[in-house]
Amino acid sequence: MNKPIVEITALRKSFGTNEVLKGIDLKVAPGEVIAIIGKSGSGKSTLLRCINGLEQFQEGALTVDGKPLIHESAMAMRELRQRVGMIFQGFNLFPHLSVGRNVMLAPTLVKKKDVVDAGEQARKLLLRVGLAEKFDAMPDQLSGGQQQRVAIARALAMEPAVLLCDEITSALDPELVGEVLRVVESLAEEGMTLLMVTHEMSFARKVSDRVIFMHQGRVHEMGPPAEVFGNPQTPELKQFLSSLND
Amino acid sequence: MVEFSVWDIFRNLLLAARWTVVLSLIAFIGGGLVGMGLLVLRLKKWRWADRAVGGYVQLFQGTPLLMQLFLAYFGIALFGIKTSAWVAASVALTLYTSAFLTEIWRGCVASIPRGQWEAAQSLAMSFGEQLRHVVLPQAVKIALPPTVGFLVQVIKGTALASVIGFIELTKAGTMITNATFKPFVVYSCVALLYFALCYPISLYAKILERKIR
Repeated sequence: MNKPIVEITALRKSFGTNEVLKGIDLKVAPGEVIAIIGKSGSGKSTLLRCINGLEQFQEGALTVDGKPLIHESAMAMRELRQRVGMIFQGFNLFPHLSVGRNVMLAPTLVKKKDVVDAGEQARKLLLRVGLAEKFDAMPDQLSGGQQQRVAIARALAMEPAVLLCDEITSALDPELVGEVLRVVESLAEEGMTLLMVTHEMSFARKVSDRVIFMHQGRVHEMGPPAEVFGNPQTPELKQFLSSLND
Repeated sequence: MVEFSVWDIFRNLLLAARWTVVLSLIAFIGGGLVGMGLLVLRLKKWRWADRAVGGYVQLFQGTPLLMQLFLAYFGIALFGIKTSAWVAASVALTLYTSAFLTEIWRGCVASIPRGQWEAAQSLAMSFGEQLRHVVLPQAVKIALPPTVGFLVQVIKGTALASVIGFIELTKAGTMITNATFKPFVVYSCVALLYFALCYPISLYAKILERKIR
């Protein structure tokens, strides 16, 4: 494995007295696509949110692209977050800004891009997610699937090395899931490093290089999708997979 | 004996009303700035700041404005600083207004979904950028009607500054009454002038509220 782009060592995280992550070790190679599966409450979303510092962890270490995560340092966090993009279940577009402005905001503020360059980049990214004609639309005029694709374009505008996807299709009507997954799949093909928490098992199977099954705050089982889905080793994973087929 | 016409009375009250307007503006601008500063302190999520600002708000919301004016007027003098009714009234009304505004605005900021902060954070924006470009533009929309509504309270509140000898509309009314012995006429005019100041603002607040819905 070449130099990992995300490296997590002995990470522990508690909410009060409730320990949600009980020592996570994970190395992610550049360009790798990882699907994280598990029951709700297994800590998979929390793990993802630790990677860009939305959650503070108590013990362990985490680096992205060689940059350490240091909560106390606003500078270090700003550096690290420029390398990590995140897409949320609830889209979280900025409702007071047009689609184009949503994509342009962070590059102009954080990367000090001038407005013309940022606008050009935003148009390119919107074209890439199939929404070129929506540049001037407001977020509430778009369907959920379209909003989520704008959110992807917005994250890509910061040119991240890693993209975190936190159940990004869970809030969508079934007929809109496909358009979002197709965009994610194209990103995977272009070599983007992806970590996604997902309930779309067939998608995870098709796109990911590695599947992580989380159970009670630990990485319970991990491997290539064919093995994890085809030949589960632990009773917990067997039970989880069979519960999906009910 | 000199006779005063209603116009004489009204004209003099109108002149005094200027100071009611000026004092209201000072209270609102000063209170707005201080209130915004306190809001930012609170949003930083430092525990001590949150407690201190919370205490400050409770103090000014839990005591009568009249007492605050007295305390400012006599309190500043206690430190050996020569004070005027102008300074004391400005200070007291600024602090009073800031306490209410910071609380109103805190509620408005709290009503912005957490996901907005998180999305801005994950795009590497600094705290100031998150607040300035993402949260405040949305919060302002919600805050406008209650803020404008509170402005009316402040305008009426300036009447209390008359007790420390500040000559504004109410104080002028009392002085004119003493000269004319026509309290009913005078205070009717005073009330009318307050109404003329406050009603358009209330109306504007209502229109704003409807617009946002």
